[in-house]
Amino acid sequence: MELLLAVIAGVLYSTGIYLMLRRRLAQLIIGLGLLSNGTNILILSAAGVTRGKPPLITPITTRADQFADPVPQSLILTAIVIGFGVLAFALVLAHRVHRSTGSDDIDTIGPDRV
Amino acid sequence: MLLALPILVPLATAITLQLLPQYPRLLRRVAFAGAICALASVVSMLLRVEAAGIQVLRVGSWPAPYGIALVSDLFSALLVTMVGIIGVAITASSFAGVDPRREALGYHPLIQVLLMGVSGAFLTGDIFNLYVWFEVMLIASFVLMSLYRTRAQLHAAYTYVGLNLLASALLLTAIGLLYGQAGTLNFADLARAWPERGTPALDGALAMLFLTAFGIKAGLFPLFFWLPASYHTPPAAVGALLAGLLTKVGVYAMIRIFTLLFPHPAAGVYTAILLLSATTMIVGLVGAIGQRDFRRVLSFNLVGHIGFTTVGLALWTPAALGGSILYVLHHMLVITTLFLVSGLFLRQRRTTDLRQLGGLYRSQPAVACLAMIPLFSLAGVPPLSGFIAKVAVIGAVLNTEHYVIAAIALATSLLTMLSMARVWEEAFWKPAAASPPQARLSAAIVAPIVWLVCLTLGITVAAGPVYGLSMRAATQLLDANGYVRAVLGGQGADAAR
Repeated sequence: MELLLAVIAGVLYSTGIYLMLRRRLAQLIIGLGLLSNGTNILILSAAGVTRGKPPLITPITTRADQFADPVPQSLILTAIVIGFGVLAFALVLAHRVHRSTGSDDIDTIGPDRV
Repeated sequence: MLLALPILVPLATAITLQLLPQYPRLLRRVAFAGAICALASVVSMLLRVEAAGIQVLRVGSWPAPYGIALVSDLFSALLVTMVGIIGVAITASSFAGVDPRREALGYHPLIQVLLMGVSGAFLTGDIFNLYVWFEVMLIASFVLMSLYRTRAQLHAAYTYVGLNLLASALLLTAIGLLYGQAGTLNFADLARAWPERGTPALDGALAMLFLTAFGIKAGLFPLFFWLPASYHTPPAAVGALLAGLLTKVGVYAMIRIFTLLFPHPAAGVYTAILLLSATTMIVGLVGAIGQRDFRRVLSFNLVGHIGFTTVGLALWTPAALGGSILYVLHHMLVITTLFLVSGLFLRQRRTTDLRQLGGLYRSQPAVACLAMIPLFSLAGVPPLSGFIAKVAVIGAVLNTEHYVIAAIALATSLLTMLSMARVWEEAFWKPAAASPPQARLSAAIVAPIVWLVCLTLGITVAAGPVYGLSMRAATQLLDANGYVRAVLGGQGADAAR
């Protein structure tokens, strides 16, 4: 499971970075989205995956091997919420750029070309 | 409770500003009052920390490694004080008039949210919480930057947004890997637990990830390109706020994380920081020479001087780190003042292009003399604060026998002098272009500059005490045990190195 998650995280990182290096704004934003999801999976796998156990401490599950570590899950939850907000902002920004310049190619909307 | 005030006061002000009826004059007054309250709270916090040592607030009374702790040592307290001072200057500058559309779109609450985010980043004692404050601060700055939609501003905004989000993703990656290794997020607990559990290979990778993430935010070479591409486009007050605070948060985070987590002065990463600092000085200040727009000159100067603030971390001696801290304080004040001066140019001549400026000394001699102080303080002319900060840094560099670095620092100081002298010559001395438009300068636009210049002069007059405070802050930073003891209590410190 860890290996699979590691590979998925790697693929998401590399596609994210590749898309961010492209010239179009839409691809930049999709790249950012992939990158933040790759990070979330990385947090999960780096902290160790526990199979089939909830991240809850109840009266019966008190030993450390009876529950999953809740911290990485809460980190990911926070990161997803932040990433969602930021991505929404980036989309609006790209929409504005497109509406005011009619293009989403970074080279044609630079400040030097009027 | 005192520790939470620098975060709670701007938050309360931001909420009040949203709820109040949207009359510009009322909003400006409330924002200014909020900034004054925040300044009062940070000054009392600084006094408390100065007298009683590191202060810790366990939020929600959760014991330290489990809950989030707010921690204020001298370094944090000094920087938060700067946030308070700059907050007062920026909110005061809005009395001179803010573009009405921007004001209607939430300019005032956003400024408060930005101040809250920066204070939070300076005060938190938890690495994931640091990431969250970074995001609070970034999203506020994104919106402030793109509230207006000229072509240049949009271009600047997405360069800024894209690169800062990349830095955030890298920071989050580093935090995830760190948690996987150490099993904790609390700075003090990390400082205690990390050296034993860390695997050397991952140690290096983590250090580089942190260096890259914070390097982008701080504007270190070769990661600074977003900064000169974006800081010259927003209105002067926003530019001043971003220039004064945001890069310094990157520097702060770098110093905090590296002193706590990588306390091995011989590690390769410190050589990397030293080389990057020196290159940043050279590239930033050589870049400044070629610029024709005042705010682009300032942006490149901002980048170049970041090198002075990170060189102390690389050398790892109390004197060098103290010098860098003093440099951060001086630079925050001066660069904010200069961006506000650029607002003065915009108000009078509607441009910051040095070729079209000129004759300002003839038309406004008093204002020109006022602007001269930060210009030459940045260049490091004695006896101004820049000179004192540079003496502190370069003296410490010489003491560690890094003569090449000292030579680079001195040479780049000359370059700063050159670029500032050019600004003075072009904007103030050169005869004005044919019949320039003459707008009257209201007191409201000059007052924030006077306030910041007085404080710069204050650093000059009180050089001894301020230098002493910086040195004490540096000693505190280099003593990770003291930090661990303050946050975790007695039992934590015994287990530390």
